[in-house]
Amino acid sequence: MSNTTTHIPGPTQSLPSARALKLVAFAVLAVALLIAPAVLYPVFLMKILCFALFASALNLLLGYTGLLSFGHATFFGGGAYFTAYCVKALEVGPLTGILIGVAGAAVLGLAIGVIAIRRQGIYFAMTTLALSQLAYFCFLRAPFTNAEDGIQNVPRGTLFGVIDLTDHVTMYFFVLTVFAIGMFAIWRIVTSPFGEVVKAIRENEQRAISLGYNVNRYKLSVFTVSAALAGLAGSTKALVFQIATLTDVSWQMSGEAILMALLGGLGTLTGPSVGATVIVTMQNYLAATSVPVNVVIGVVFVISVLLFRKGIVGVFQRFSKAP
Amino acid sequence: MIQEPVKEGYAVSDAPILSIRGLCKSFGGFHAVKDVDVDFQRGQIHALIGPNGAGKSTFFSLLSKFHEPTSGTISLAGQDITRTRPEKVVRMGMVRSFQISAVFPEMTVFENVRVALQRRTGRDIQFWCGLGLLDGLRDEAMYLLDRVGIADLADKRAADLSYGRKRTLEIATTLALDPKVILLDEPMAGMAVEDIGMVSALIKEISHDRTTLMVEHNLNVVEDLCDTATVLARGEIVAKGTFSEIRNDSEVRRAYIGTDYD
Ligand SMILES: Nc1ncnc2c1ncn2[C@@H]1O[C@H](COP(=O)(O)OP(=O)(O)O)[C@@H](O)[C@H]1O
Ligand SMILES: [Mg+2]
Repeated sequence: MSNTTTHIPGPTQSLPSARALKLVAFAVLAVALLIAPAVLYPVFLMKILCFALFASALNLLLGYTGLLSFGHATFFGGGAYFTAYCVKALEVGPLTGILIGVAGAAVLGLAIGVIAIRRQGIYFAMTTLALSQLAYFCFLRAPFTNAEDGIQNVPRGTLFGVIDLTDHVTMYFFVLTVFAIGMFAIWRIVTSPFGEVVKAIRENEQRAISLGYNVNRYKLSVFTVSAALAGLAGSTKALVFQIATLTDVSWQMSGEAILMALLGGLGTLTGPSVGATVIVTMQNYLAATSVPVNVVIGVVFVISVLLFRKGIVGVFQRFSKAP
Repeated sequence: MIQEPVKEGYAVSDAPILSIRGLCKSFGGFHAVKDVDVDFQRGQIHALIGPNGAGKSTFFSLLSKFHEPTSGTISLAGQDITRTRPEKVVRMGMVRSFQISAVFPEMTVFENVRVALQRRTGRDIQFWCGLGLLDGLRDEAMYLLDRVGIADLADKRAADLSYGRKRTLEIATTLALDPKVILLDEPMAGMAVEDIGMVSALIKEISHDRTTLMVEHNLNVVEDLCDTATVLARGEIVAKGTFSEIRNDSEVRRAYIGTDYD
């Protein structure tokens, strides 16, 4: 090979103005999240944040890796149960409780992932659904979950022994921090060298194998991380509402996360959070009226799938990219 | 005299790089590949020809371990790979392309090649770093794209390329792995006539220090490029030898009845 340095132009970087626009949008969002509890009911905001994190965790798997899990409620609800039990019965602090919840969800994710990733496409989805139904019955029968009653009156506790989380606004900032950490983890993964390989697997699995990648290892890693993050969302939710119940591990909960991610935009960083905001808001405001919530959500979902295939965020991206 | 440097993992010898014995593959009761015995010498370009449905693509899938053989053995550079996982075979230096062009459609042309370079350079598991870690791969990726003549398309989405360009991108991606053995499944099918000469020259160039197996229907290309030709029909080898040896073989003529080559 010759050493002549013929200059080959590399790929162009994204425009500085587009970067600046992103930074401004990010700053506005950060400020909005910080002042939000002064305007809106903190518990409502915390619910949005928990579901936004849950949907984002699912999106890491579905949107970036191309694997549809129909059983993510197992990790969300599992995290909630583990945390609720540890905080209430074992009297550990909120942070320790959450860490145990995340670890438990990761172990469940690893166990279910090992079995599910051997299947492809719809068989993968069916396997996750079947295993999560199995997990549902385990949680129903387990001695520590109190069956239909769930674990109630979970104390929020004090953070580092000084910050009292019973106050809603204080709790809100704790949840916001957890959410930020979770989102940072997702962002870090999808914009990393590892994330590039994961996207390649989503794009064309056979080709990724023929480049020498052990695709099952990548899939299992992402599955486990996604489960852990779903667990993080569930654990936090258990502290916010001070309860962990069978609803959290039900298949409807898995479906809700898929719906949020799809509605907001798969494979986008902010999409699932937008979807979660829309759906939680509708559930909250429609619950007080006589309108059938599920029907409205169903209609909104069908319209969004028909009109914008890449979700709400996909539409914005298209407009912002247009010259 | 200066010796050619020994490539890692390969003993220098005249032994065939690929040695296949009694290879069979059946789908249900259907025998797609039947009792194939063949050796391929290193450093040459070998053609695999035969009518549609002869089992050529299946044969490639068996070699690259995308399919498990029903029976028989495959050895690559003296190592038995009959039970080796497909990504391991790639790491041993044998890389396949697909009959249906295989690119990562939503990634750019540049990213397609870069992701192929990532594993070889050990930058494939860092989930805690930014993409800046991959900056060092830029020059090599651009060099490879330039080599196949699509450096100017580096920023395009792979999905937006023409069919011929996708195939050249696939070759660039394959080259990124620096394979010892390349399996090309109909690399020129569906290409515009003016691209065929270009790709043909490219294959000749990249095969210089490697072994190439290619499925090709265009017998002029085969005659021009390939050192040997193996003819497959109904899953069986019906002839093998140099192109001039097999061109008048009656079995070959029978296998190719209905095609326009004379
Ligand atoms: N996965 C499969 N399942 C069942 N039959 C297959 C499969 N793959 C290939 N075949 C059959 O095997 C035969 C050989 O196919 P193929 O290897 O693609 O032929 P070629 O590449 O020579 O045109 C065809 O009859 C095809 O229908
Ligand atoms: Mg074929």
